[in-house]
Amino acid sequence: MEFIGLINYWIVIVLMMTGFYIVISHDNLIKKIVGLNIFQVSVFVFYITMAKVKGGTAPILADGITTYSNPLPHVLILTAIVVGVATTALGLALVVRIRDAYGTIEDDEIEKQEGES
Amino acid sequence: MTASLFSHLPALQVVLALLAAPVCLVLRRHGAAWLIATGMTWVLLAIALTLLGRVLETGTIIYSLGGWPAPWGIEYRIDLANAFMLVIVTLIGSVVMPYARASIKAEIEEPRIYLFYCMYLLNLAGLLGIAITGDVFNLFVFLEISSLSSYVMISLGRDRKALIAAYRYLIMGTIGATFYIIGVGMMYQVTGTLNMADLATLVPDLYGNRTIMVALAFLLVGLSLKLALVPLHLWLPDAYTHAPSAVSAFLASTGTKVAVYAFARILFTIFGGSGIFDDFGLQEILVSLAIAAMIGGSAVALYQSNVKRLLAYSSIAQIGYMILGLSMASVIGMTAGLVHLFNHALMKGGLFMVMGCVFLRLGSVQIESMEGLAKRMPLTMAAFVAGGFGLIGIPLTAGFISKWYLIQGALEKGWWPVVVAILVSSLLAVIYVWRVVEAAYFKPPPKGAAEITEAPASMLVPTWVMIGLSYYFGINATLPLDIATGAAETLLGGVQ
Amino acid sequence: MGFMAVIGFAVARLRNLFAVVMLTGIFSLTAAVLYVILDAVDVAFTEAAVGAGISTVLMLGTLALTTSEEKTETTGGSPWALVLVVVTGCVLIYGTLDMPPFGDPTAAIHQHVAPYYLEKSGQEIGVANVVTSVLASYRGYDTLGEVFVIFTAAIGVLLIIGRPQFGRRRSHRMAVGELRDSMRTNVILRVVSKLLIPFILLFALYVQWHGDFGPGGGFQAGVIFASGFILYALIFDIDTARSLIPARVTRLFLALGVLLYAGVGVASMVLGGNFLDYSVLAADPVGGQHVGILLVEFGVGLTVAAAMIAIFFTFARQEH
Repeated sequence: MEFIGLINYWIVIVLMMTGFYIVISHDNLIKKIVGLNIFQVSVFVFYITMAKVKGGTAPILADGITTYSNPLPHVLILTAIVVGVATTALGLALVVRIRDAYGTIEDDEIEKQEGES
Repeated sequence: MTASLFSHLPALQVVLALLAAPVCLVLRRHGAAWLIATGMTWVLLAIALTLLGRVLETGTIIYSLGGWPAPWGIEYRIDLANAFMLVIVTLIGSVVMPYARASIKAEIEEPRIYLFYCMYLLNLAGLLGIAITGDVFNLFVFLEISSLSSYVMISLGRDRKALIAAYRYLIMGTIGATFYIIGVGMMYQVTGTLNMADLATLVPDLYGNRTIMVALAFLLVGLSLKLALVPLHLWLPDAYTHAPSAVSAFLASTGTKVAVYAFARILFTIFGGSGIFDDFGLQEILVSLAIAAMIGGSAVALYQSNVKRLLAYSSIAQIGYMILGLSMASVIGMTAGLVHLFNHALMKGGLFMVMGCVFLRLGSVQIESMEGLAKRMPLTMAAFVAGGFGLIGIPLTAGFISKWYLIQGALEKGWWPVVVAILVSSLLAVIYVWRVVEAAYFKPPPKGAAEITEAPASMLVPTWVMIGLSYYFGINATLPLDIATGAAETLLGGVQ
Repeated sequence: MGFMAVIGFAVARLRNLFAVVMLTGIFSLTAAVLYVILDAVDVAFTEAAVGAGISTVLMLGTLALTTSEEKTETTGGSPWALVLVVVTGCVLIYGTLDMPPFGDPTAAIHQHVAPYYLEKSGQEIGVANVVTSVLASYRGYDTLGEVFVIFTAAIGVLLIIGRPQFGRRRSHRMAVGELRDSMRTNVILRVVSKLLIPFILLFALYVQWHGDFGPGGGFQAGVIFASGFILYALIFDIDTARSLIPARVTRLFLALGVLLYAGVGVASMVLGGNFLDYSVLAADPVGGQHVGILLVEFGVGLTVAAAMIAIFFTFARQEH
């Protein structure tokens, strides 16, 4: 029984690791940022998952409801989403400039160019 | 009014820096932006010193943001360790700022300069926010403010390599931050709180809980990425080499240092340090990584032809010293680590500022292009020699003090191999500093070299102030030592 | 969630970056649906607007400026990366072993701090949406930091690609042609954006109805405002859209938003409270909280909208 309660978390972990793998294994700079996004979104899912209370509802106060899900992780993740999009925007701006400067967005090709110069 | 002003200093320490940034944005004049930024850094230094004084006098200061008591609201809890960090960051920030004016003007296109100062203030605010906060999630938010602004500032370097360096740092840094919030999430899940003081009372009871142990691992790995502990240091050399000079000077002496502080805070205040050390071999891991950083960093520095890169690798070695000090988990070791944090900030800041002067005049910081430079820029190169002595740890320099304490700490534990490692690393430092000195002092200038003059006073004076301070605190070391000892005792307080 | 995993793997394998970006958008959207199931409506709304909306638009913009194909020849991924990922995953799974089971109301996480918010925020703040109370008041300082993060990003983007270098004009003009063409001819793009827009609107309505018993949602409002603007710019004409809000005005709003938020904090200090203590802003504490939350949410909205618009136009300007 105990393990059934944890399966949700395990799926989230698989998601996280997929994102993490994309970040570290791909050479394409945009793909890395996509991976980073997936990694972060999965962490958000992790937080929201742990906030859920069985039988609870969304944390908006109303008469007749006694069980709410935990609002604090929601708040934290709202903040984290903003941080995530901020990072994405900056990363993409850098990619645009890198493409201008190097003519490619593949990490290994950039490395090759650096090796020659 | 004054009394209430004093009571609000903890909030003002960060908020003033935050407020100054949009003001710079609205002004759109680089002169005015510089003036505001400089003035602000000095005000912040004054606030930090006042706070330090008050903490020494009356003990820990607590400030609840929004008026909500912790753990429901976010609180600032300033003890000696926080106050010490605040002083370091603002001190470096306020010395680099006057220097930045000429340096930045030469390295960044004019229409962007006011935005640069805006970034600088945000970065400063982020670092201060990390150093002051008593809430683990709030730490993450400010970590991101400082990280994002670092990426931007690094990307402004002249060379196109700065872009790729910034990009790689962004990826590594974000992975680090994401690891950190995974850790925070797990910690929150089993304790139900985000407040550091509250965590410190709850976590030891959960000692042995698998979730909390994994949380610790993720927190530490995440922060290690930020503080560039070997083997997670790969972003650092490129970033420091290609960033604009003033940025290298500022970040090298503050960015990683604040991460070291956060590392210590999590490890010791929240997790109570030594118990975990004994059981999980964490101490052995940290000590061996620290030694690998000390020897490896110094050894790689030997082979660099770009002096900024050389200094960057030397930084990796110096971070090794700090982590070594912390991982001794004794008052003397921790004191050594913290004092070294302060001393190294001054020395490395000064040395990077020297390189900024050289770059301004030569347009390059390659060793071969610096041949015979001592005749043409005597004051600049003298500053390099003086700072280099500090890196080696020659008596009378601040670097000597921290190494002395580090060795004492190691001896106290009977760690002979560690003592040898410290000496070997210092020896390597002698060689890499010598290589630069040899080129500048004992080689003739290359033929056909352009006539160059000494760097402008606005850059030289701050450089010498920084180097001078490192000597002042080398000769008269009681003040930083006392504070660091106090801070070490506070951090280790969880242990007793 | 299984659906998300499939998308994740697909993203890892696919080479066409257009498809990858679209899938990421769907990934975010699926996550948003999941958040609704897990009671996090505010988060769901934000994720839909940001993850599926803004991020996707920015990524498409970047693709138009760079290239839409990942290089095909592949090294098969470094084995070290795989090892590292598997080890990290295993450590995480080990860490879950002592976690409370999913949804358990007796878990520590639901016992210590959170109940206070649920029990007291009704009286102390008087806003039905507890998420809003915590976001804007109890942890208002985090939110201030968050607004500064987005502010930093906007200025960062301006700094990095704000002023296109002279001499690069031609390549940018070519890029815009490609973007326009690809916008018109790429079926996936058209279909998916058609699919996305009603979803975003639906979420907006849902949260307006369900999540907004108090003033809440400055962040969401800002994003929606910006998205509306960006969609307009995409479908019609970037120049027309930009002439409606010139860059100077955007920057002004960008600064005003954060200044308003921090200003409320300073005002509460002047009135004798702590920083961001809204209780002192009006005669009775609950009224003060209302005023404070209203103002800071407005500040958030301003900065977020201005930041999103500034970032988008800076990307778009590259194409001109």
